[in-house]
This record gives sequence, C-alpha cells and structure tokens, in this order.
Amino acid sequence: MPETITRNSHLSVIESGIAPPAITLQDVVFERQGKALVDGLNLTLTANGTTVLMGPNGAGKSLTLRLMAGLIAPGQGKIRWNGVETVPSQRVALVFQKPVLLRRSVRANLTHALKTYGVPRSAQPQRLEELLKMGNLTELADRPARVLSGGEQQRVAMVRALAARPKLLLLDEPTASLDPQATAAIESLIRTAAAGGAKVLLVTHDPGQGQRLADEIVFLNHGRVTEVTGASQFFDAPRSREARTYLSGHLLF
Amino acid sequence: MQDFGAAFGQAFALIAGFDPALMEIISLSMRVTFSAVLIACLIGLPLGAVLAVGRFPGRGALVVLVSALMGLPPVVVGLAVYLMLSAAGPLGVLQLLYTPTAMIIAQAILVTPIIASLTRQVVEDMHGEYDELLRSMGTSRVSTVATLLWDARYSLLTAALAGLGRALAEVGAVMIVGGNINHVTRVMTTAIALETSKGALALALGLGIILVGLSILVNAGLMGLRKSAERLAYA
Repeated sequence: MPETITRNSHLSVIESGIAPPAITLQDVVFERQGKALVDGLNLTLTANGTTVLMGPNGAGKSLTLRLMAGLIAPGQGKIRWNGVETVPSQRVALVFQKPVLLRRSVRANLTHALKTYGVPRSAQPQRLEELLKMGNLTELADRPARVLSGGEQQRVAMVRALAARPKLLLLDEPTASLDPQATAAIESLIRTAAAGGAKVLLVTHDPGQGQRLADEIVFLNHGRVTEVTGASQFFDAPRSREARTYLSGHLLF
Repeated sequence: MQDFGAAFGQAFALIAGFDPALMEIISLSMRVTFSAVLIACLIGLPLGAVLAVGRFPGRGALVVLVSALMGLPPVVVGLAVYLMLSAAGPLGVLQLLYTPTAMIIAQAILVTPIIASLTRQVVEDMHGEYDELLRSMGTSRVSTVATLLWDARYSLLTAALAGLGRALAEVGAVMIVGGNINHVTRVMTTAIALETSKGALALALGLGIILVGLSILVNAGLMGLRKSAERLAYA
C-alpha cells in the first residue's frame, strides 16, 4: 500500500525535507497460528513528533509496536531503522501498559537502566537525580518500586525509558489503567520526551489522548494501515470509513 | 519410650555442658554442609539461570538430566567420589579420601542438581515477566542472567534451603568418602549411625534431636529473611 505513505506528504515534517524517515515498515506480515495478525503493513514514520496508533482491539497495534522495537521479527516484509535492518536497541525504549519494574528500589531500577544503556559510571549520579526529578520521584527514590501506586510505577517506567535518551519511544497504552491525574503526569513526560527530540509512537484507545498528544494519527484495522492523517484533520474528518466508524463509537468488524 | 526421655536428658546435658566432642562434631557438620552448599550455589545458580534463559541445542535434554539428578542416591555419589579419590583413581594423587574435603566434594555433587533445578524454575517464571523489558533495553545475555538471579535472590533462598536440608541430613556419601573417623571426619549423621549400631540409642537420639534443632534454626532464619523481603515486594 505505497499510496499510504505518499498520502501523508502534507505533513510539514516531510514537506520540509529535513527529517529523514526514522523507521520504515514494508509489506510486513506477522502470523500467529496461521492467522496474519499484521497483514501487509506499510508505514513510514518520520523522525520527529508524536505519532498515535489507533484502531480497534486486534487491529495489530501492539504487535506493530513490538515489531518496531525488534522484540518480534516479521514473517515477511522488511523493517528498517534509519535504513538498516538492525534495531538500534540502546536508542529505542518501550513502555508497557502494565509497568514491569525490577524487584528493587526506584533508585536501583533507574541505575540498572543507566548501566544497561551504557551511561558512564561517572555520569550516572547526575542523570539519576535528573530522572528522579523529571518523574517527580525524588521522595520515593528509596522505596521498593513494586509497592508504589499504579501511577507512580508507570512514572518510574517512563523515566526509566527516558534514561536511554531514546530516539524512538514506543508506548503501548501507558495510561490505560491510570486515573486522570496519573494520566496527566505521564502525558507531561511524553511531551518532555517529544520536545527533547525523541520520536514518540503511542498506542491508545483514548481519542482525547490522541487529540492532546498527536501530530499525526495512524489508523490500523485488521493488521493494515487504513489511513495516516494529521491529527487535527483526523479528528475533524477522518478519511477512511473504518476510522469514521471507530470515532463515532460504532463497533468495527 | 524411656529412650526418648533419656535422649532428651542426654541431649540437654551434652549441649549444656558444651561437650567438646559434640561441639567438634557439630562444627565439622556445619563446615562441611555450608561449604558444600556454597559450592553448589556457585555452580547451580548460574547453571539453573542459563538453563532458564538460554536457547541452545540440547537444552531440553540438559533440563531433564539436571532434574533427574535431584534424586541421586547419596551412596552412589559416595561410591563415585570414592573411586575418583581412591589411591588407584584418577584423582588419587590428591590424597583427599577420608578428609573433610572429600565429604564437601561429595555433598556438593549431591546438592548442585537440586539448586540448579529449583533455580531454573524460579528464574524461568521471572524471565517470563522480564523478557520483553530486558530485550527492549538491549540487555546482554550475561547481564540478563545476572539481573534475574539478583531479582530472584530471596526466592532462591528456598533453593539453597532445599540443598542445605539435603546436605545436612545426608549420611551415605559422607560415610563412604569420609569414613567416620573420630576427630577427623565424624559428623552428626555418621555419629548417629555409629552410636545406633553400638546400641547407644539415647546418645544417638540426643544427637538426632540436636541435628533437627539446628536444621529448624537455619530454616527459620532464612524463611524469616524471605518473608520480610516479600513484605517489601523485593521477592
């Protein structure tokens, strides 16, 4: 579906010609038990801004995210990160709906991440303090991470991802089980990451969140990209019938 | 029943009097057992974790083998170590037979599969939870194993405890390779076997009570540690 890619040429980041495609999926197919869950997906993500991945359950959003993180390999098709087929894992960070925190203190969780991401030992203490402050976690630094509230745990997971200074930040419904206040805190961290130059790709079921954060919307259905549209246009007048149906609250089959 | 009464009396008298012969036996028992479990941990923890995380040919067979070796008969291990260490054996030049070192070797061989197998189960469960996160962070294999072992450290106490129980209670292997020599290789279990065969049932029972008591103490200590870690969500 190459026209999908050309269709989003109205986006300023592409028109300017400055930002090269950071990540390209070409005819990607991912099957499980003989069923194509991602079915010939074509998508080019620009290097900047926040792209929100929307679509009904089972559309292949989470799988697309995992393909982009290099956690699973496509059965067919190609994925390129800045033109090469190897995932630059140290600059790609992933946050899950249910935060996976190590059985350690908040501080030790972040130190572990800094070490894993190859931050020099001498720079670690300062980066650690920055991250704690960014996540409003300084008070909680020495608490065991897994006794914190859901919102606090997700803040730890977010700043841990930011410890990578990621070029690509992949977020799989990070606020799906959070209350509005905790959601606002996570969204603020997402904005900080995007402002810092990270490409953000966010999966969400919340159209409001899409409107608040997205520069562009990618709408998926049945493992394919249905449309790629600038955010304001998407919510005013989505082009595809599937997206119109989804936004109007009807069920998609 | 009078044996039990006499046994408690005798055990109490031995402990209260800090009987030097008894203290010697207890301290050797502890030294052999803890050394063996320590060595078994050093081998079994990484081995179990690698079996849990690794994907290599023969892994399935190795998992089954390690699991099966949990039930190794101590006398068979004792015999094998005896053959290795006896004057005519391949390691005979080391002259380790009938020394505490030989007993440590035999018990370490007995306990390593237990610790490796239990470690594999614990680490495999935790790996299921951590796998995507660690891979998305680009964590190396070695670092993944280290992270999992560290985070499972309190759960792995159970594995160490199982090994400790096995080593502390074991008599067949240490009897064969140690020889139950007074002041040299006599430990709690071999002393109990000897006293029983001599008909000194009260003394044997007294030693047994002390052995069980020690086992309960060690277990209670480690369990307490684990419980407090669980309360803090570290386990």
